[in-house]
Amino acid sequence: MAMTETTATGLRVPFTLRVEPRLEVPRWLGAVTSAGALILAFVIGGGIIALAGGDPIRSYQHIFKAAFGSVGVLNDTLVKATPLILVGLACALAFRMRLWNIGAEGQFFLGAWGASAVVLIPLLPKTAPRPLMLLVMALAGFACGALWAWLPGYLRARLNVNEVVTTLMMNYIAVSWVLYWVFGAWSEGGFQMSPVFPKNAWLPRLTDYAGAVEAFAGLTLHLGFLFGLIAAVLVWFILQRSRWGYEIRLIGDNPRAAHYAGVNMVRNTVLVMMLSGGLAGLAGMSEIAGVVHRLQGAISPGYGFTGIIVAWLAKLNPFAVVLVSVLFGGLILAGREIQPSGVPRMLQGVILFCVIASDVLLRYRVRIVRRGAE
Amino acid sequence: MPEPVNAVEMHGIVKRFPGVLANDHVDFVLRQGEVHALLGENGAGKSTLMNILAGLYRPDQGTILVNGQRVHFNSPRDAIAAGIGMIHQHFMLVPSQTVTENIVLGLDTPRFFLRLAELDRQILELQARYGLKVDPKAKIWQLSVGEQQRVEILKMLYRGARVLIMDEPTAVLTPQEVEELFVTLRGMVASGHSIVFISHKLDEVLAIAHRITVLQHGRVTAAGLDARSVTKRQLAQLMVGREVVFTVQKPPARRGEVVLRIEDIWADSDRGLPALKGLSLEVCSGEIVGVAGVAGNGQSELAQVITGLRKCRRGRVLINGQDIANRSPAAAIAQQIAHVPEDRTGVGTAPGLSVADNLIMKSYRLPPVSDGWVLNRPVIRQQAEKLKTDYDIIAPSVDVQARLLSGGNLQKAILAREMSAGPKLIVAVQPTRGLDVGAIEAVQRVLLNERSRGTAILLISEELDELMSLSDRIIVMYEGEIMGEVKPEETTLEQLGLMMAGQKLEQAQITPAAE
Repeated sequence: MAMTETTATGLRVPFTLRVEPRLEVPRWLGAVTSAGALILAFVIGGGIIALAGGDPIRSYQHIFKAAFGSVGVLNDTLVKATPLILVGLACALAFRMRLWNIGAEGQFFLGAWGASAVVLIPLLPKTAPRPLMLLVMALAGFACGALWAWLPGYLRARLNVNEVVTTLMMNYIAVSWVLYWVFGAWSEGGFQMSPVFPKNAWLPRLTDYAGAVEAFAGLTLHLGFLFGLIAAVLVWFILQRSRWGYEIRLIGDNPRAAHYAGVNMVRNTVLVMMLSGGLAGLAGMSEIAGVVHRLQGAISPGYGFTGIIVAWLAKLNPFAVVLVSVLFGGLILAGREIQPSGVPRMLQGVILFCVIASDVLLRYRVRIVRRGAE
Repeated sequence: MPEPVNAVEMHGIVKRFPGVLANDHVDFVLRQGEVHALLGENGAGKSTLMNILAGLYRPDQGTILVNGQRVHFNSPRDAIAAGIGMIHQHFMLVPSQTVTENIVLGLDTPRFFLRLAELDRQILELQARYGLKVDPKAKIWQLSVGEQQRVEILKMLYRGARVLIMDEPTAVLTPQEVEELFVTLRGMVASGHSIVFISHKLDEVLAIAHRITVLQHGRVTAAGLDARSVTKRQLAQLMVGREVVFTVQKPPARRGEVVLRIEDIWADSDRGLPALKGLSLEVCSGEIVGVAGVAGNGQSELAQVITGLRKCRRGRVLINGQDIANRSPAAAIAQQIAHVPEDRTGVGTAPGLSVADNLIMKSYRLPPVSDGWVLNRPVIRQQAEKLKTDYDIIAPSVDVQARLLSGGNLQKAILAREMSAGPKLIVAVQPTRGLDVGAIEAVQRVLLNERSRGTAILLISEELDELMSLSDRIIVMYEGEIMGEVKPEETTLEQLGLMMAGQKLEQAQITPAAE
């Protein structure tokens, strides 16, 4: 019903909020709203902790200390962040083209399997020089992840099959595939894991150089972290500076305009999907060659899915993916200190919620208007 | 007898959008039982004002009275409850549902069970009362545009609308359908409804309206004029705010060799229906060939086939003798075919990318913009700045997102991009639609400059005045076929109108005596 004058003015608030579309988005605004959202998330999280009878300040202090408080835990945080960076980049790249690769988890497993195959089949003798061994493992991991993503990419490009469904379903196949090998051909004495890889199939860690730099002793940060940083720069370069990246951004922003500009949609869909899968596969390789040192069923606590959240929180910006991954790495680590799953999961959820909600502020601005001005 | 209450009164309506004052203290009075035309150029604020009346926008200032009662609408639902319904330019119908389903969609009753047979009967009754014939059981996608419009009108009548706002209802209709619509509208007015008729077409306004209110740049320049006492010329002047020059200075054509030759093209529309039926035409360098026709008679498909965006089933598209039919859009770009698309925001630009990125959409493959792999950012920037100056694109910088540009500036950016490639052929579809007079002149000047440069131009437009003043030859299309070809200096709007309605040139001959 139409409101009458009396009811409209019945409630006398001197100010109203007006939401208007923004004309210009300043460069700094994205970072500022994200930071604001993060702070708000911690405030809300603190409220929930207080409701549960905890002391928010002390909890946060504890979380901070457990994640970033010393060189030792910072090392552990970065180790946790490493797969997240690569998987987050995989998602960010695909999402830029509005290609919803939900299959990073499966591609991660296939990457881990491909890298393991080099050692376990074996494709290279156990005595192969370490750089060669690692290079071939990385290539195998990348290639397996890429091929695993090729199928949904091809189906999407040629037959318009929804990639959300195919990539998601292929995750389960990928996990089962890995389990098949660790239970069967590669099982070590009937256990659900492969034998430990020989040392030349381990990614170098800081602690390996403790002889030269004493401070490195006990630090398990491995070369995979550097892979992540390099990949971030590469993804940024591809998207912002390359001709191919221009096509990806064009498709992502307006597929019909891309078609009009003569962009080959089929080829780009397949290629972007494969690069995305390759990055996730590389994450799998880095995790087993850098941390686990064997293939087993439990190599990922859902990195592939957390990568989706990381990519969104980073607003698909490759460098922000690195920062968000470190934050999430810290949360995963500290979470184990406080409580196995509750509080850290809650915080992840609240952060995601706040950051996504803050997007509105990028597109609209809120003005406070005096009622009298109406 | 008491003074009849006005159906709607709007007083001092102000509506601001960021950077635009869309309505600046607008007064508007709609009497009971009249057709009131709201006239103005695109962007004059007509639609904004009526969207406010229909509850879609809320005014920043001003009051609205319906039947003498003050109202505040928070949503279209409030407006319809007060008896005000709006029929938008783009129909709000669900294509896969039937007429009846669309009409009752969103209503509180029926609450759960749809007794379709009963509803069909009610809708047939309603149809009979107002002479709006549509099969209630037909699915929307099966209907013609005119029939879909009838469904929209029925939808509003079924909801009990007493005031009907029609936003440019004739834009998509054939002349015959327009006539049928006018009959319906007259019938509705006779039974006590009031109608707001938004348009920028002077002839139609004079034909249907009792009174006319003219808006220009968000302000009323004439309120409630009696339609019987104004002329077309006066209205045009009120609309534009200055004497309108209906003709453009055009140097004589220097026609060269054939650039585009289309031979017996057959193609389907998006809905899989035949859109082009054995069409052939030629465009030579240095000439503008105009294509006239009511929207939806195959003009869009023709442009898409030439530019590689649509496959054709049969026929050849020869550019300088080379067949590019059924190749890719990239092939058409490589043949230096420029395309000014109909849908500027949906096809012509990527709204989320920067203006600079939008300006390289056709040139990013080639040096100096890219060297095959890497984009050359300094060159892109430099070129963008130059085009921004040359084509007078008004934007804070070339780094802002394209979606922030106004329609006119967006079109200038598209033209800048397409012309900067030095095209051999330009396919321009509705290049001036929705632009203000200044931008229209700029676009037309660009096309005429290209013509002087020796470019072949195919101009597809629904603005007959524009076709008459720019074209060297005019081809009229109807249902995917060519009705005939005329020279603008040898034809009349009347003859073009007959051909657009499906009469072949021979049948549409006007005897010299009749002119």
